[in-house]
Amino acid sequence: MIAEAGHYALVLALALALIQSTVPILGARWHDPALMNVARSTALAQLLFVGGSFAALVTLHVTSDFSVVNVFENSHSLKPLIYKITGVWGNHEGSMLLWVSILALFGGLVAAFGNNLPLSLRAHVLAVQAWIASAFYLFILITSNPFLRIANPPIEGRDLNPVLQDIGLAVHPPMLYLGYVGFSISFSFAVAALLEGRIDAAWARWVRPWTLLAWIFLTLGIAMGSYWAYYELGWGGWWFWDPVENASLMPWLAGTALLHSAVVMEKRNALKVWTILLSILTFSLSLLGTFLVRSGVLTSVHAFATDPTRGVFILLILCIFIGGSLSLYAWRASALKQGGLFAPISREGALVLNNLFLTTACATVFIGTLYPLALEVITGDKISVGAPFFNLTFAPLFVPLMIAVPFGPLLAWKRGDLLGAAQRLVAAGVVALIAIALLWAWTLGGSTLAPLAIGLAVFVIAGALSDLAERTGLFRLPFGTTLRRARGLPRSSWGTVFAHAGVGVALIGIVCETTWNTEYIGSMKPHDTAHVAGYALTLDGVRQQQGPNFREMIAQFTVSLGGERLSVMTPSKRNFTTRGSTTTEAALLTRGASQLYISLGETAADGEVAVRIYHKPMVLLIWFGPVLMAFGGMLSLSDRRLRVGAPKPARAPRQLQPAE
Amino acid sequence: MTRKQRRLTMIGGSLAVLAVAAGLVLNAMRDSIVFFSTPVMVAEKHIPAGRRFRLGGLVEKGSLVHGADLAVTFKVGDGGATLPVSFKGILPDLFREGQGVVAEGALDVSGVFRADTVLAKHDETYMPKDVADALKKQGHWKDDYGDKSQAAQADQSAPKGVPQ
Repeated sequence: MIAEAGHYALVLALALALIQSTVPILGARWHDPALMNVARSTALAQLLFVGGSFAALVTLHVTSDFSVVNVFENSHSLKPLIYKITGVWGNHEGSMLLWVSILALFGGLVAAFGNNLPLSLRAHVLAVQAWIASAFYLFILITSNPFLRIANPPIEGRDLNPVLQDIGLAVHPPMLYLGYVGFSISFSFAVAALLEGRIDAAWARWVRPWTLLAWIFLTLGIAMGSYWAYYELGWGGWWFWDPVENASLMPWLAGTALLHSAVVMEKRNALKVWTILLSILTFSLSLLGTFLVRSGVLTSVHAFATDPTRGVFILLILCIFIGGSLSLYAWRASALKQGGLFAPISREGALVLNNLFLTTACATVFIGTLYPLALEVITGDKISVGAPFFNLTFAPLFVPLMIAVPFGPLLAWKRGDLLGAAQRLVAAGVVALIAIALLWAWTLGGSTLAPLAIGLAVFVIAGALSDLAERTGLFRLPFGTTLRRARGLPRSSWGTVFAHAGVGVALIGIVCETTWNTEYIGSMKPHDTAHVAGYALTLDGVRQQQGPNFREMIAQFTVSLGGERLSVMTPSKRNFTTRGSTTTEAALLTRGASQLYISLGETAADGEVAVRIYHKPMVLLIWFGPVLMAFGGMLSLSDRRLRVGAPKPARAPRQLQPAE
Repeated sequence: MTRKQRRLTMIGGSLAVLAVAAGLVLNAMRDSIVFFSTPVMVAEKHIPAGRRFRLGGLVEKGSLVHGADLAVTFKVGDGGATLPVSFKGILPDLFREGQGVVAEGALDVSGVFRADTVLAKHDETYMPKDVADALKKQGHWKDDYGDKSQAAQADQSAPKGVPQ
């Protein structure tokens, strides 16, 4: 009954989406406010029905209704409740349902909070949203229905893939989807602007918060996924340049560029055509990511829940939306009016540079990810493009970008003073040089590149702080004035400081982890001691334990430093009987920002256990950086300017100028 | 500067960055791409010792030997040929005899494949796609690939289920 209700709700949502994708457009053509307002109600109703459908699937999973194929294949009655819920999106059908639910959520948000949008713009935006939604509802209903029944229901389910039975699954996919799908809003705005043939600074002001919101979620989602892979897969790696990871990195890079170009458009009314193109590209890359992950075209460590037969359908959606929007762009973009002028050395110029490097870096990731697929299709040769390729292409492009980051906020709009900005960055440069010199002396004879890279990161962080010091008049003015100024500073300025500093923090973590990571791999008997980075780790013993739906072998290690006992670490191996598979649960000990990491290998006949022990210096900074970036994004999002919404025009005709 | 000059500066700068990026990509393509081979392809192509590639196939039953200090040797076969592989380290959870494996490394002078990475595929029924395709091409394909087929076999006795 619940399954049928969920299925029916989804069909109704499709019907609503079809209405929403046509009626408001006609309304806009005929200047009929009533028809245009249909978009608002249908978007909200759609959210209601998709939400209901999603709730139905969750209920089926929670109540372990094994007469539904999806529940049978991915659940087990003994599974802890949290994994019964997260298992909903731990498979193809469920995760597509989550995808459309989030799409409907964003559509509903625009409908609910878009009251200050011009009526026809809102009608167009919601109609475009509904086109996307209709395509994906059809996809789910035709190829991936999660509500299929089995004629003879089995008594027990086949359980969720053990690797997915982790709290990471509760957070990572929803966050990532909120990011991916959130970019659909800027896409819809872009297409709506092209359809209407007009665009102005106010448009950027509406688009920016949505882009920022999606970007925050995507940043956190990627960071969370990386940390999850780090502790769950048991090899201590946090980024593999795996196609599925690249699929999420590409929209992030394009989205970051979009955030910055939207600033230029909002403040200076320039770069309109480019911002529109970036909006389209960012969401196209999100769609591409969905295609890569969901179609099963990739050989990938993330190859869960994939089914190649569905690939063609998503590919079709991909072609229609990307091809359609780009054709519309080619046709209409020239109709958009050019914006404000600026000199190459200016805030705008810096942001253009940012966009240039981010999109180029994105393009190299795109080539590295899709070239193997293209080559296989064309010549049949199978190749793999791994970390070395990206280290050789992506890294060199990021270096100039990082050098430029501190300069951007210090340059004035329209015409900047590079020399002046450089003078104000002298302090940051000196700090960076000191950091390089100290590290060089400390790691004498070691890597030469690492101190330089850390110096660059320090420059980015110190540069962000000197921007702050500059704005508040720190050290120049009395402290009270500084405080007052700091309080008066727009939140978006604070956001910039945090986000930029976050990039530097992440870079420090990445460099330290990859350069000074130490590892011990060997087999240990009880009472053996391994020495890693000054820590002594003694294997006390191994014991067995029964979990809710697995048996667990736990090894206990005593960790001591300089003879002093610090802590106990208990890595384990879990054996899931239903699927007959094993997972490795790594044990982590956090010391400051560094971590000790133990994971277990197989046990030999004589009781020796194979172990991997890593000491990963500053590894937590890798994820702390993105958290800082996201925090900066949230600060920026809470800026009064964005909360208040678009400016009320002093003279009515100024708000939207026809471009023609 | 006039509008035109500014635009030219921008376009020139962009082209310069794109050219650099293209150079980087081409350079990296030459040096860091790894090809995939099965044992039969290795025998046919005479891959020189020291050249890195990815080897895929099935771990031969009964060929896994544990040595001292985590050294292991096993044989990878694809029905046509087998190739001895040596590896030092911890094998992934899903490494089993008779199952698919992908290893990265190079041949040494004696013709043993020295793997430095054995790739972990994180689904117990997941056959690496490269391996599956290669085996299919050579006709050594048993339909035991993927959990879908097993699930389908279980369900197909009864009709797989209808909507509603």
